[in-house]
Amino acid sequence: MRYSALKILREGLTGNKGWKPVWREPEPKSEYDIVIIGAGGHGLATAYYLAREFGMRNIAVLEKGWLGSGNIGRNTTIIRSNYMLPGNEPFYEMSLKLWEGLEQDFNYNAMVSQRSILNLFHSDGQRDAFVRRANAMKLAGADAELADADQLRAELPFLDFDNARFPIKGGLYQRRGGTVRHDAVAWGYARGADARGVDIIQNCEVTGFDISDGRCHGVETTRGPIRAAKVAVCVAGSSSRVMEKAGLRLPIESHVLQAFVTEGLKPVIPGVITFGAGHFYVSQSDKGGLVFGGDIDGYNSYAQRGNLPVVEDVAEGGMAIMPMIGRARLLRSWGGIMDMSMDGSPFIDRTPVDGLYFNGGWCYGGFKATPASGFCYAHLIARDEPHPVATQMRLDRFARGNLIDEKGMGNQPNLH
Amino acid sequence: MIIAHPLLGPRDASEFVYLGDAALIDRPDWQAPDAAERFHAYGYLRDNPAGAHRELWYHEQGDRSWLVVTRDTVTHEISRVELARDAARARGRGR
Repeated sequence: MRYSALKILREGLTGNKGWKPVWREPEPKSEYDIVIIGAGGHGLATAYYLAREFGMRNIAVLEKGWLGSGNIGRNTTIIRSNYMLPGNEPFYEMSLKLWEGLEQDFNYNAMVSQRSILNLFHSDGQRDAFVRRANAMKLAGADAELADADQLRAELPFLDFDNARFPIKGGLYQRRGGTVRHDAVAWGYARGADARGVDIIQNCEVTGFDISDGRCHGVETTRGPIRAAKVAVCVAGSSSRVMEKAGLRLPIESHVLQAFVTEGLKPVIPGVITFGAGHFYVSQSDKGGLVFGGDIDGYNSYAQRGNLPVVEDVAEGGMAIMPMIGRARLLRSWGGIMDMSMDGSPFIDRTPVDGLYFNGGWCYGGFKATPASGFCYAHLIARDEPHPVATQMRLDRFARGNLIDEKGMGNQPNLH
Repeated sequence: MIIAHPLLGPRDASEFVYLGDAALIDRPDWQAPDAAERFHAYGYLRDNPAGAHRELWYHEQGDRSWLVVTRDTVTHEISRVELARDAARARGRGR
Protein backbone atom coordinates (compact mmCIF):
# COMPACT_ATOMS: atom_id res chain seq x y z
CA MET A 1 0.00 0.00 0.00
CA ARG A 2 1.34 3.38 -1.03
CA TYR A 3 0.54 6.37 1.16
CA SER A 4 -0.54 9.60 -0.51
CA ALA A 5 -2.80 12.60 0.07
CA LEU A 6 -5.31 11.03 -2.31
CA LYS A 7 -5.31 7.83 -0.27
CA ILE A 8 -6.01 9.78 2.93
CA LEU A 9 -8.88 11.60 1.23
CA ARG A 10 -10.39 8.38 -0.12
CA GLU A 11 -10.07 6.57 3.22
CA GLY A 12 -11.52 9.57 5.06
CA LEU A 13 -14.60 9.47 2.84
CA THR A 14 -15.06 5.69 3.15
CA GLY A 15 -14.78 5.24 6.92
CA ASN A 16 -11.04 4.49 7.10
CA LYS A 17 -11.69 0.78 6.53
CA GLY A 18 -8.93 0.23 3.97
CA TRP A 19 -5.84 0.71 6.15
CA LYS A 20 -3.77 -2.42 6.64
CA PRO A 21 -1.17 -3.34 9.29
CA VAL A 22 2.08 -1.64 8.42
CA TRP A 23 4.18 -4.80 8.76
CA ARG A 24 3.61 -8.56 9.08
CA GLU A 25 4.31 -10.59 12.23
CA PRO A 26 5.94 -13.71 10.77
CA GLU A 27 7.13 -16.81 12.60
CA PRO A 28 10.93 -17.14 12.49
CA LYS A 29 12.28 -19.47 9.84
CA SER A 30 15.08 -21.89 10.74
CA GLU A 31 17.58 -20.23 8.41
CA TYR A 32 18.27 -16.84 6.84
CA ASP A 33 21.10 -15.37 4.80
CA ILE A 34 21.39 -12.46 7.22
CA VAL A 35 20.14 -12.09 10.80
CA ILE A 36 20.15 -8.60 12.31
CA ILE A 37 19.89 -8.44 16.09
CA GLY A 38 17.92 -5.41 17.30
CA ALA A 39 14.84 -3.87 15.67
CA GLY A 40 15.67 -0.31 16.62
CA GLY A 41 16.30 2.52 14.19
CA HIS A 42 19.75 1.32 13.11
CA GLY A 43 18.78 -2.36 12.79
CA LEU A 44 15.66 -1.62 10.77
CA ALA A 45 17.52 0.88 8.58
CA THR A 46 20.21 -1.76 7.97
CA ALA A 47 17.58 -4.30 6.88
CA TYR A 48 15.89 -1.69 4.68
CA TYR A 49 19.07 -0.70 2.86
CA LEU A 50 20.24 -4.32 2.56
CA ALA A 51 17.00 -5.05 0.72
CA ARG A 52 16.71 -1.79 -1.23
CA GLU A 53 20.29 -0.93 -2.12
CA PHE A 54 22.10 -4.24 -2.04
CA GLY A 55 19.42 -6.61 -3.36
CA MET A 56 19.39 -8.93 -0.35
CA ARG A 57 16.10 -10.69 0.36
CA ASN A 58 16.39 -13.47 2.93
CA ILE A 59 16.80 -11.30 6.04
CA ALA A 60 15.42 -11.41 9.59
CA VAL A 61 15.50 -8.68 12.22
CA LEU A 62 15.24 -10.08 15.77
CA GLU A 63 13.96 -7.92 18.63
CA LYS A 64 13.78 -8.96 22.29
CA GLY A 65 10.96 -6.51 23.04
CA TRP A 66 8.77 -4.67 20.60
CA LEU A 67 9.90 -2.84 17.50
CA GLY A 68 11.38 0.57 18.29
CA SER A 69 11.25 0.08 22.07
CA GLY A 70 14.80 1.25 22.73
CA ASN A 71 16.56 4.53 22.07
CA ILE A 72 14.76 5.22 18.77
CA GLY A 73 11.68 5.87 20.93
CA ARG A 74 13.55 7.71 23.71
CA ASN A 75 15.77 10.30 22.08
CA THR A 76 15.35 14.05 21.60
CA THR A 77 14.94 13.70 17.81
CA ILE A 78 17.73 16.03 16.64
CA ILE A 79 19.43 15.68 13.26
CA ARG A 80 22.62 17.56 12.36
CA SER A 81 26.06 17.06 10.81
CA ASN A 82 28.13 19.59 12.76
CA TYR A 83 31.12 17.39 13.53
CA MET A 84 34.75 18.18 12.81
CA LEU A 85 37.02 15.16 12.40
CA PRO A 86 37.51 13.52 9.00
CA GLY A 87 36.57 10.12 10.44
CA ASN A 88 33.14 11.48 11.41
CA GLU A 89 32.00 14.49 9.40
CA PRO A 90 31.56 12.91 5.92
CA PHE A 91 29.57 10.12 7.56
CA TYR A 92 27.21 12.49 9.39
CA GLU A 93 26.82 14.68 6.31
CA MET A 94 25.83 11.58 4.32
CA SER A 95 23.30 10.89 7.05
CA LEU A 96 21.84 14.40 6.84
CA LYS A 97 21.51 14.08 3.05
CA LEU A 98 19.71 10.75 3.50
CA TRP A 99 17.37 12.41 6.04
CA GLU A 100 16.55 15.07 3.44
CA GLY A 101 15.25 12.47 0.98
CA LEU A 102 14.03 9.90 3.47
CA GLU A 103 10.28 10.47 3.42
CA GLN A 104 10.06 10.23 -0.37
CA ASP A 105 12.44 7.29 -0.28
CA PHE A 106 10.42 5.11 2.09
CA ASN A 107 7.02 6.74 1.47
CA TYR A 108 6.28 7.48 5.11
CA ASN A 109 5.75 10.77 6.92
CA ALA A 110 8.65 11.04 9.36
CA MET A 111 8.04 14.79 9.85
CA VAL A 112 11.62 15.71 8.92
CA SER A 113 11.82 19.39 9.84
CA GLN A 114 14.99 21.28 8.95
CA ARG A 115 14.37 24.03 11.44
CA SER A 116 18.12 24.64 12.11
CA ILE A 117 20.46 23.90 14.99
CA LEU A 118 22.44 26.58 16.81
CA ASN A 119 25.50 26.05 19.06
CA LEU A 120 26.02 29.09 21.29
CA PHE A 121 29.49 30.43 22.14
CA HIS A 122 30.56 32.72 24.96
CA SER A 123 34.22 33.58 24.47
CA ASP A 124 36.83 34.34 21.80
CA GLY A 125 38.43 30.94 22.25
CA GLN A 126 35.13 29.14 21.80
CA ARG A 127 34.39 31.27 18.74
CA ASP A 128 37.71 30.27 17.17
CA ALA A 129 36.95 26.60 17.82
CA PHE A 130 33.52 26.98 16.20
CA VAL A 131 34.97 28.76 13.15
CA ARG A 132 37.38 25.88 12.75
CA ARG A 133 34.55 23.37 13.03
CA ALA A 134 32.46 25.35 10.54
CA ASN A 135 35.32 25.21 8.04
CA ALA A 136 35.70 21.46 8.56
CA MET A 137 31.96 21.05 8.00
CA LYS A 138 32.09 23.04 4.76
CA LEU A 139 35.03 20.97 3.51
CA ALA A 140 32.82 17.89 3.89
CA GLY A 141 30.00 19.52 1.92
CA ALA A 142 27.87 20.51 4.91
CA ASP A 143 26.45 23.97 5.58
CA ALA A 144 27.67 26.15 8.44
CA GLU A 145 27.05 29.77 9.28
CA LEU A 146 28.44 31.95 12.02
CA ALA A 147 26.02 34.35 13.71
CA ASP A 148 27.05 37.28 15.89
CA ALA A 149 25.27 38.41 19.04
CA ASP A 150 23.28 41.17 17.29
CA GLN A 151 21.82 38.70 14.82
CA LEU A 152 20.90 36.31 17.61
CA ARG A 153 19.32 39.11 19.66
CA ALA A 154 17.01 39.76 16.73
CA GLU A 155 16.23 36.11 16.08
CA LEU A 156 16.11 34.71 19.63
CA PRO A 157 15.28 37.63 21.96
CA PHE A 158 14.42 35.31 24.86
CA LEU A 159 18.02 34.17 25.48
CA ASP A 160 19.92 35.64 28.43
CA PHE A 161 22.57 37.49 26.39
CA ASP A 162 24.10 39.28 29.37
CA ASN A 163 24.46 36.23 31.59
CA ALA A 164 27.26 37.01 34.06
CA ARG A 165 29.07 33.69 33.67
CA PHE A 166 28.27 32.83 30.04
CA PRO A 167 27.40 36.00 28.07
CA ILE A 168 26.30 35.03 24.56
CA LYS A 169 28.76 36.28 21.95
CA GLY A 170 27.26 34.43 18.99
CA GLY A 171 26.63 30.99 17.64
CA LEU A 172 27.28 28.43 14.94
CA TYR A 173 24.20 27.70 12.85
CA GLN A 174 23.59 24.65 10.76
CA ARG A 175 20.38 25.64 9.00
CA ARG A 176 19.89 22.16 7.50
CA GLY A 177 19.81 20.59 10.96
CA GLY A 178 16.52 20.08 12.75
CA THR A 179 14.20 17.47 14.21
CA VAL A 180 12.39 14.33 13.05
CA ARG A 181 9.44 12.37 14.43
CA HIS A 182 11.57 9.60 15.95
CA ASP A 183 9.03 6.75 16.21
CA ALA A 184 7.99 7.29 12.60
CA VAL A 185 11.60 6.63 11.57
CA ALA A 186 11.42 3.14 13.07
CA TRP A 187 7.96 2.53 11.62
CA GLY A 188 8.91 3.83 8.18
CA TYR A 189 12.04 1.68 7.94
CA ALA A 190 10.14 -1.34 9.31
CA ARG A 191 7.40 -0.89 6.74
CA GLY A 192 9.90 -0.44 3.91
CA ALA A 193 11.92 -3.50 4.97
CA ASP A 194 8.82 -5.65 5.49
CA ALA A 195 7.48 -4.74 2.05
CA ARG A 196 10.76 -6.03 0.58
CA GLY A 197 10.40 -9.40 2.31
CA VAL A 198 12.39 -8.82 5.52
CA ASP A 199 10.99 -10.81 8.48
CA ILE A 200 10.75 -8.58 11.57
CA ILE A 201 10.45 -10.92 14.54
CA GLN A 202 9.48 -9.27 17.83
CA ASN A 203 9.62 -10.81 21.31
CA CYS A 204 12.57 -12.93 20.23
CA GLU A 205 15.62 -12.48 22.45
CA VAL A 206 19.03 -13.73 21.35
CA THR A 207 20.45 -15.95 24.11
CA GLY A 208 23.66 -17.09 22.44
CA PHE A 209 25.68 -17.47 19.27
CA ASP A 210 26.47 -20.65 17.35
CA ILE A 211 30.21 -20.19 16.92
CA SER A 212 32.64 -22.91 15.85
CA ASP A 213 36.07 -22.79 14.19
CA GLY A 214 36.10 -19.01 14.56
CA ARG A 215 32.96 -18.61 12.49
CA CYS A 216 29.41 -17.61 13.46
CA HIS A 217 26.77 -19.94 12.00
CA GLY A 218 23.69 -18.48 13.63
CA VAL A 219 22.04 -17.55 16.92
CA GLU A 220 20.17 -19.21 19.76
CA THR A 221 16.96 -17.38 20.63
CA THR A 222 14.01 -17.68 23.00
CA ARG A 223 12.07 -18.85 19.93
CA GLY A 224 14.56 -21.51 18.88
CA PRO A 225 17.86 -21.59 16.98
CA ILE A 226 18.17 -19.64 13.74
CA ARG A 227 20.99 -20.35 11.30
CA ALA A 228 22.48 -17.51 9.28
CA ALA A 229 25.53 -17.00 7.09
CA LYS A 230 25.92 -13.50 8.50
CA VAL A 231 24.87 -12.18 11.92
CA ALA A 232 24.82 -8.42 12.47
CA VAL A 233 24.57 -7.04 16.02
CA CYS A 234 22.95 -3.62 16.39
CA VAL A 235 21.77 -3.27 19.99
CA ALA A 236 23.09 0.10 21.28
CA GLY A 237 23.02 0.12 25.11
CA SER A 238 22.98 -3.69 25.27
CA SER A 239 26.09 -4.06 23.08
CA SER A 240 28.38 -5.38 25.83
CA ARG A 241 25.77 -7.85 27.08
CA VAL A 242 25.12 -9.33 23.63
CA MET A 243 28.73 -9.38 22.44
CA GLU A 244 29.80 -11.06 25.70
CA LYS A 245 27.78 -14.07 24.52
CA ALA A 246 30.16 -14.21 21.55
CA GLY A 247 33.14 -13.96 23.89
CA LEU A 248 34.08 -10.38 23.01
CA ARG A 249 34.88 -7.46 25.34
CA LEU A 250 34.11 -4.05 23.90
CA PRO A 251 35.56 -0.54 24.34
CA ILE A 252 32.13 0.53 25.60
CA GLU A 253 30.43 1.49 28.88
CA SER A 254 26.64 1.74 29.17
CA HIS A 255 25.41 4.99 30.74
CA VAL A 256 22.01 6.54 31.32
CA LEU A 257 21.01 9.80 29.62
CA GLN A 258 17.87 11.62 30.72
CA ALA A 259 15.51 13.69 28.59
CA PHE A 260 12.62 15.96 29.49
CA VAL A 261 9.48 17.41 27.94
CA THR A 262 7.23 20.21 29.20
CA GLU A 263 3.52 20.78 28.75
CA GLY A 264 2.50 22.02 25.30
CA LEU A 265 3.15 25.71 24.68
CA LYS A 266 2.55 28.09 21.79
CA PRO A 267 5.43 28.21 19.26
CA VAL A 268 8.32 29.96 20.97
CA ILE A 269 11.58 28.21 20.05
CA PRO A 270 12.14 28.18 16.29
CA GLY A 271 14.95 25.63 15.99
CA VAL A 272 17.28 23.54 18.11
CA ILE A 273 19.41 25.55 20.53
CA THR A 274 22.41 24.07 22.33
CA PHE A 275 24.22 25.61 25.28
CA GLY A 276 27.31 23.42 25.44
CA ALA A 277 29.02 25.40 28.18
CA GLY A 278 26.12 24.74 30.54
CA HIS A 279 25.19 21.28 29.23
CA PHE A 280 21.70 22.05 27.98
CA TYR A 281 19.93 21.76 24.64
CA VAL A 282 16.33 22.38 23.70
CA SER A 283 13.86 22.29 20.83
CA GLN A 284 10.08 22.54 20.63
CA SER A 285 8.03 19.64 19.33
CA ASP A 286 5.19 20.11 16.86
CA LYS A 287 2.79 19.43 19.75
CA GLY A 288 4.33 22.41 21.56
CA GLY A 289 6.29 20.67 24.31
CA LEU A 290 9.79 21.90 24.99
CA VAL A 291 12.04 18.86 24.54
CA PHE A 292 15.36 19.23 26.34
CA GLY A 293 18.25 17.41 27.91
CA GLY A 294 21.79 17.72 29.16
CA ASP A 295 24.64 15.49 30.23
CA ILE A 296 24.60 11.76 30.91
CA ASP A 297 24.32 10.85 34.60
CA GLY A 298 27.93 9.72 34.53
CA TYR A 299 27.98 6.23 36.04
CA ASN A 300 27.46 2.79 34.44
CA SER A 301 23.77 2.01 34.26
CA TYR A 302 21.30 -0.29 32.56
CA ALA A 303 18.31 1.28 34.35
CA GLN A 304 16.26 3.35 31.92
CA ARG A 305 15.93 6.12 34.49
CA GLY A 306 18.36 8.57 36.04
CA ASN A 307 18.86 10.42 39.30
CA LEU A 308 17.77 13.81 40.63
CA PRO A 309 21.12 15.68 40.72
CA VAL A 310 21.24 15.59 36.92
CA VAL A 311 17.61 16.73 36.69
CA GLU A 312 18.60 19.74 38.79
CA ASP A 313 21.74 20.35 36.70
CA VAL A 314 19.79 20.31 33.43
CA ALA A 315 17.14 22.64 34.86
CA GLU A 316 19.86 25.04 36.02
CA GLY A 317 21.39 24.99 32.53
CA GLY A 318 18.01 25.88 31.05
CA MET A 319 17.42 28.69 33.54
CA ALA A 320 20.90 30.09 32.90
CA ILE A 321 20.48 30.53 29.16
CA MET A 322 16.72 30.82 28.77
CA PRO A 323 15.12 32.18 31.97
CA MET A 324 11.61 32.01 30.50
CA ILE A 325 11.79 28.21 30.67
CA GLY A 326 11.19 28.50 34.40
CA ARG A 327 7.54 29.29 33.67
CA ALA A 328 6.98 25.98 31.87
CA ARG A 329 5.86 22.92 33.80
CA LEU A 330 7.66 19.64 33.28
CA LEU A 331 5.41 16.94 31.90
CA ARG A 332 7.67 13.90 31.69
CA SER A 333 11.27 12.80 32.08
CA TRP A 334 12.82 9.51 31.12
CA GLY A 335 16.16 7.80 30.56
CA GLY A 336 17.80 5.75 27.84
CA ILE A 337 20.91 3.58 27.87
CA MET A 338 23.80 4.95 25.83
CA ASP A 339 26.60 2.76 24.50
CA MET A 340 29.38 5.20 25.40
CA SER A 341 32.58 4.38 23.54
CA MET A 342 36.11 5.15 24.66
CA ASP A 343 36.58 8.07 22.25
CA GLY A 344 32.97 9.18 21.81
CA SER A 345 32.73 7.82 18.26
CA PRO A 346 30.92 4.74 16.94
CA PHE A 347 31.87 1.38 15.44
CA ILE A 348 30.65 -0.21 12.19
CA ASP A 349 32.96 -3.14 11.72
CA ARG A 350 33.59 -6.84 11.34
CA THR A 351 34.59 -8.72 14.49
CA PRO A 352 37.35 -11.32 15.05
CA VAL A 353 34.58 -13.93 14.55
CA ASP A 354 33.92 -14.55 10.83
CA GLY A 355 30.35 -13.80 9.82
CA LEU A 356 29.69 -11.69 12.95
CA TYR A 357 29.38 -7.93 12.51
CA PHE A 358 29.08 -5.16 15.07
CA ASN A 359 27.44 -1.74 15.01
CA GLY A 360 27.44 0.29 18.24
CA GLY A 361 29.19 2.81 20.43
CA TRP A 362 26.88 5.61 19.29
CA CYS A 363 27.04 7.38 22.66
CA TYR A 364 24.15 9.87 22.84
CA GLY A 365 24.33 10.66 19.10
CA GLY A 366 22.81 7.61 17.47
CA PHE A 367 19.52 9.06 16.27
CA LYS A 368 20.92 11.53 13.73
CA ALA A 369 23.15 8.74 12.40
CA THR A 370 20.29 6.30 11.76
CA PRO A 371 20.12 6.46 7.92
CA ALA A 372 23.89 6.49 7.30
CA SER A 373 24.47 3.87 9.99
CA GLY A 374 21.98 1.57 8.31
CA PHE A 375 23.39 2.30 4.86
CA CYS A 376 27.04 1.82 5.82
CA TYR A 377 26.31 -1.28 7.92
CA ALA A 378 24.36 -2.77 5.01
CA HIS A 379 27.32 -1.98 2.72
CA LEU A 380 29.72 -3.72 5.11
CA ILE A 381 27.50 -6.79 5.52
CA ALA A 382 26.69 -7.15 1.81
CA ARG A 383 30.16 -6.48 0.40
CA ASP A 384 32.44 -7.28 3.35
CA GLU A 385 34.19 -3.95 2.97
CA PRO A 386 33.44 -0.69 4.77
CA HIS A 387 31.57 2.12 3.06
CA PRO A 388 33.99 4.94 2.08
CA VAL A 389 32.59 7.33 4.73
CA ALA A 390 32.84 4.75 7.54
CA THR A 391 36.35 3.39 7.05
CA GLN A 392 37.66 4.72 10.37
CA MET A 393 34.87 3.39 12.60
CA ARG A 394 36.85 0.28 13.45
CA LEU A 395 36.85 -1.80 16.62
CA ASP A 396 40.65 -2.06 16.68
CA ARG A 397 41.34 1.67 16.37
CA PHE A 398 42.45 2.00 20.01
CA ALA A 399 45.09 -0.69 19.58
CA ARG A 400 46.32 1.17 16.49
CA GLY A 401 46.17 4.59 18.14
CA ASN A 402 43.72 5.97 15.53
CA LEU A 403 41.12 7.44 17.87
CA ILE A 404 38.24 9.63 16.64
CA ASP A 405 37.98 11.85 19.71
CA GLU A 406 35.94 14.96 18.80
CA LYS A 407 36.20 16.45 22.29
CA GLY A 408 39.74 15.33 23.07
CA MET A 409 38.64 13.76 26.36
CA GLY A 410 40.59 10.50 26.17
CA ASN A 411 39.36 7.10 27.28
CA GLN A 412 36.82 8.34 29.84
CA PRO A 413 33.37 7.51 28.43
CA ASN A 414 31.38 9.66 30.87
CA LEU A 415 33.18 12.80 29.66
CA HIS A 416 32.32 12.43 25.95
CA MET B 1 22.07 7.60 45.18
CA ILE B 2 23.54 7.65 48.70
CA ILE B 3 27.02 6.21 49.16
CA ALA B 4 27.78 4.93 52.67
CA HIS B 5 31.33 6.28 53.05
CA PRO B 6 33.33 3.99 55.40
CA LEU B 7 34.74 7.01 57.28
CA LEU B 8 32.15 9.75 56.82
CA GLY B 9 28.85 7.87 56.76
CA PRO B 10 26.09 8.36 54.18
CA ARG B 11 27.02 10.94 51.51
CA ASP B 12 25.14 12.03 48.37
CA ALA B 13 26.59 10.57 45.15
CA SER B 14 26.75 14.08 43.66
CA GLU B 15 29.69 14.82 46.00
CA PHE B 16 31.69 12.18 44.11
CA VAL B 17 33.39 11.92 40.74
CA TYR B 18 32.95 8.62 38.92
CA LEU B 19 35.95 6.97 37.28
CA GLY B 20 34.79 3.50 36.23
CA ASP B 21 35.41 -0.21 36.70
CA ALA B 22 37.48 -0.97 39.82
CA ALA B 23 39.63 -3.26 37.66
CA LEU B 24 41.54 -0.02 36.96
CA ILE B 25 43.28 -0.64 40.32
CA ASP B 26 45.12 -3.52 38.68
CA ARG B 27 47.48 -1.57 36.46
CA PRO B 28 49.45 -3.95 34.19
CA ASP B 29 53.20 -4.51 34.56
CA TRP B 30 54.85 -2.14 32.08
CA GLN B 31 57.81 -4.50 31.73
CA ALA B 32 55.76 -7.55 30.76
CA PRO B 33 56.51 -8.89 27.26
CA ASP B 34 52.87 -8.39 26.27
CA ALA B 35 52.59 -4.99 27.97
CA ALA B 36 51.11 -3.28 24.87
CA GLU B 37 48.19 -5.73 24.64
CA ARG B 38 47.64 -5.58 28.40
CA PHE B 39 47.59 -1.79 28.46
CA HIS B 40 45.18 -1.76 25.51
CA ALA B 41 42.81 -3.99 27.47
CA TYR B 42 43.39 -1.97 30.64
CA GLY B 43 42.81 1.39 29.00
CA TYR B 44 40.05 0.62 26.56
CA LEU B 45 38.15 -2.65 27.12
CA ARG B 46 35.45 -2.98 29.80
CA ASP B 47 33.27 -5.82 31.14
CA ASN B 48 30.33 -3.37 31.41
CA PRO B 49 28.06 -5.85 33.24
CA ALA B 50 24.31 -5.53 33.83
CA GLY B 51 24.17 -6.32 37.53
CA ALA B 52 26.79 -6.11 40.29
CA HIS B 53 29.62 -3.76 39.30
CA ARG B 54 32.68 -2.84 41.38
CA GLU B 55 33.61 0.73 40.53
CA LEU B 56 35.83 3.60 41.61
CA TRP B 57 34.30 6.77 43.05
CA TYR B 58 36.40 9.76 44.18
CA HIS B 59 35.07 11.92 47.03
CA GLU B 60 36.08 15.22 45.47
CA GLN B 61 33.63 17.36 47.46
CA GLY B 62 34.59 15.61 50.69
CA ASP B 63 37.70 13.94 52.08
CA ARG B 64 39.18 13.21 48.62
CA SER B 65 39.38 9.50 49.27
CA TRP B 66 38.98 6.89 46.54
CA LEU B 67 36.25 4.33 47.21
CA VAL B 68 35.40 0.98 45.66
CA VAL B 69 31.61 0.86 45.47
CA THR B 70 29.77 -2.34 44.58
CA ARG B 71 26.59 -1.21 42.87
CA ASP B 72 23.92 -2.93 40.79
CA THR B 73 23.82 -1.24 37.38
CA VAL B 74 20.22 -2.36 36.82
CA THR B 75 18.71 -1.14 40.11
CA HIS B 76 21.37 1.37 41.26
CA GLU B 77 21.36 -0.40 44.66
CA ILE B 78 24.68 -0.13 46.49
CA SER B 79 25.62 -3.29 48.37
CA ARG B 80 29.17 -2.56 49.55
CA VAL B 81 31.52 0.39 49.98
CA GLU B 82 35.20 0.12 50.89
CA LEU B 83 38.23 2.37 50.75
CA ALA B 84 40.14 1.78 47.51
CA ARG B 85 43.29 1.69 49.64
CA ASP B 86 41.94 -1.32 51.55
CA ALA B 87 40.78 -2.98 48.32
CA ALA B 88 44.25 -2.55 46.80
CA ARG B 89 46.00 -3.87 49.90
CA ALA B 90 43.70 -6.90 49.92
CA ARG B 91 45.01 -7.60 46.43
CA GLY B 92 48.59 -7.62 47.68
CA ARG B 93 49.53 -4.06 46.76
CA GLY B 94 52.03 -2.38 49.10
CA ARG B 95 50.29 1.00 49.17
